[in-house]
Amino acid sequence: MPVDGFMYPNEIELQWSVLIVVYPFITGLVAGAFILASLERIFHVAAVKPTYRLALLTALAFLLVAPLPLQLHLGHPERSLEMYLTPHKTSAMAMFGFVYLWYLMAVILLEIWLDYRHEIVLFSQSTTGWKRLLYRALSLGSSNISEGSLRVDDRVGWVVTLIGIPSAFLLHGYVGFIFGSVKANPWWSSPLMPVVFIFSAMVSGISIVLLIYMAAMKLRRQSIDMRCVDTIAQYLLYTFIIDFALEMLDLIHRIYEADESFRSLDFMLHTQLFFSQVVLQIVLGTVIPILTIGFIQIFDVPEKLRRMAYAVCGCLTIVGIFAMRWNVVIGGQLFSKSFLGYTTYKLDLISREGELVAAALLILPFIILAVLVKILPPWTESQAGFVREPSVCELGKEA
Amino acid sequence: MITRRKLLMLLPAAAMAWEYVAAGTPEISPNYSRPEHWWGMLVDIDKCIGCGNCVRACAAENSVPDGYFRTWVERYHVAGWQQETPQVDSPNGGKNGFPPSKAVGGKNFFVPKMCNHCEDSPCTQVCPVGATFRSIDGVVLVDEKYCLGCRYCIQACPYGCRFLHPAKHTAEKCSLCYHRITKGLTTACCESCPTGARQLADLKNPKDPIHEYLKTHSVQVLKPHLATGAKVYYHDLDGSVR
Repeated sequence: MPVDGFMYPNEIELQWSVLIVVYPFITGLVAGAFILASLERIFHVAAVKPTYRLALLTALAFLLVAPLPLQLHLGHPERSLEMYLTPHKTSAMAMFGFVYLWYLMAVILLEIWLDYRHEIVLFSQSTTGWKRLLYRALSLGSSNISEGSLRVDDRVGWVVTLIGIPSAFLLHGYVGFIFGSVKANPWWSSPLMPVVFIFSAMVSGISIVLLIYMAAMKLRRQSIDMRCVDTIAQYLLYTFIIDFALEMLDLIHRIYEADESFRSLDFMLHTQLFFSQVVLQIVLGTVIPILTIGFIQIFDVPEKLRRMAYAVCGCLTIVGIFAMRWNVVIGGQLFSKSFLGYTTYKLDLISREGELVAAALLILPFIILAVLVKILPPWTESQAGFVREPSVCELGKEA
Repeated sequence: MITRRKLLMLLPAAAMAWEYVAAGTPEISPNYSRPEHWWGMLVDIDKCIGCGNCVRACAAENSVPDGYFRTWVERYHVAGWQQETPQVDSPNGGKNGFPPSKAVGGKNFFVPKMCNHCEDSPCTQVCPVGATFRSIDGVVLVDEKYCLGCRYCIQACPYGCRFLHPAKHTAEKCSLCYHRITKGLTTACCESCPTGARQLADLKNPKDPIHEYLKTHSVQVLKPHLATGAKVYYHDLDGSVR
């Protein structure tokens, strides 16, 4: 393995592979998608309503895949349950299992079930064969869809979303803390890391839902609700600005402070990480989307062009956020903790932690999402023939 | 009377008994009381000649796989005032010694490295299942039957002392020859050092010469700013050492 300069002999081999890049990327999409969903539910942003359920299902699809890269990466995956049974309280990683379970069971699944219960019961009555059995099972024996019962669902769902927002922050903030708390590694060690992770998660989650919504509308040959995508793009811009400001703050702080690790990290930024950090993450993945969406906010851009711009910006953002995760995870292992040398990361094509597996893990959530969309159609209002009752809060607001 | 049949049946048992006799009496430590010890090590940089004996002895004693190191030796060359950019090499961890240095001028010295058995070790802090832990007598150990192989501890170690065992798929590091020191022996690296550059130290034993040494010599630990409570003390450690 090519080593430039001096590395401690055990450092030459990289420990965390592309799968550990995939893991924070996926959890980020989960957290971001959920936060977008909560915009409608909690903050009454009615314009993003068409994406509410789609965002929830997207979050679930990605959440189901989130632990897989970790599992595949472990030297002893058969022992992974020990994290639940005998967690080490001082370990940030040990909390993963609990945060994950909490988020999956208490937030995402519960919220989806409460939101879809009305339709599930209707489906269980209108379908036949295995579908009927499936919807009956999904109804969990609760077939009461009286007005009072639905009102309770809605109220509980609202509370779950309210709890879900800090939970989403916890889920991804904790991922940032896993890296940010490693004092041995100056590339990672930063109190800003969890905050940067949260905002980058929101950016990626909003982008993926925007892209999925636009693609789904295209596939269904339905018109894209421009008010919805314009609003989503606005929120994307706001979070992007905060995210970029935080990342630049971190960068400027490092440059100005220029501690013992600076020379090493600066060298890396100009060589091995130049393409992924400067070109992909900063220029293509951040500056161009911010400028483009910013331009759309100021000038009157035709609808067709806006749609195209959103699609391109969404894709660039996703690539940029993936590059950001890559730069954190892989970049943090390319230099020696002696600050005297550098190693390289060679990505295998076919191995347990190789390129193909990583690609499969990134495709899998979309397959799961396609299945989920089939079982629980997220198309509300005229699109699917179901009308979600206005929530208690919405009624209150209207009053 | 022993028949041929009975003799044949006795042979396996006899073979096992012979193996036991040939292996000798296993070492025991009936008087070892863990709370009475607090282990560390003293490394005298001035005495290290970079022979690599310690690395070889450690590898043999602990079956360390090739290309991985529980201990290793680094060679430093510091030219003049450039303390921040020393030239360092450690070919194969110094296991086979060092080729003659091409560097001219300045100072050259060897630095043996190993797990620092930190009192507040970052590796034990991050282990998600507690498979790596600090024993009561101050030695940081890994329970290989419990380790998940997540490698978080390897990332958390500031000194690069850990690696993933390529066959066991668990984290591995210097155990301070725990199987030896609990029997009253010293570590394999200390035992094999021809110049006495490495000395096992029991910081809780008032009779240990370490106490007198620490009082009368200039010692330093690696990366003190990280406040890990490292217990490998280096005599005359140069400021350029990372």
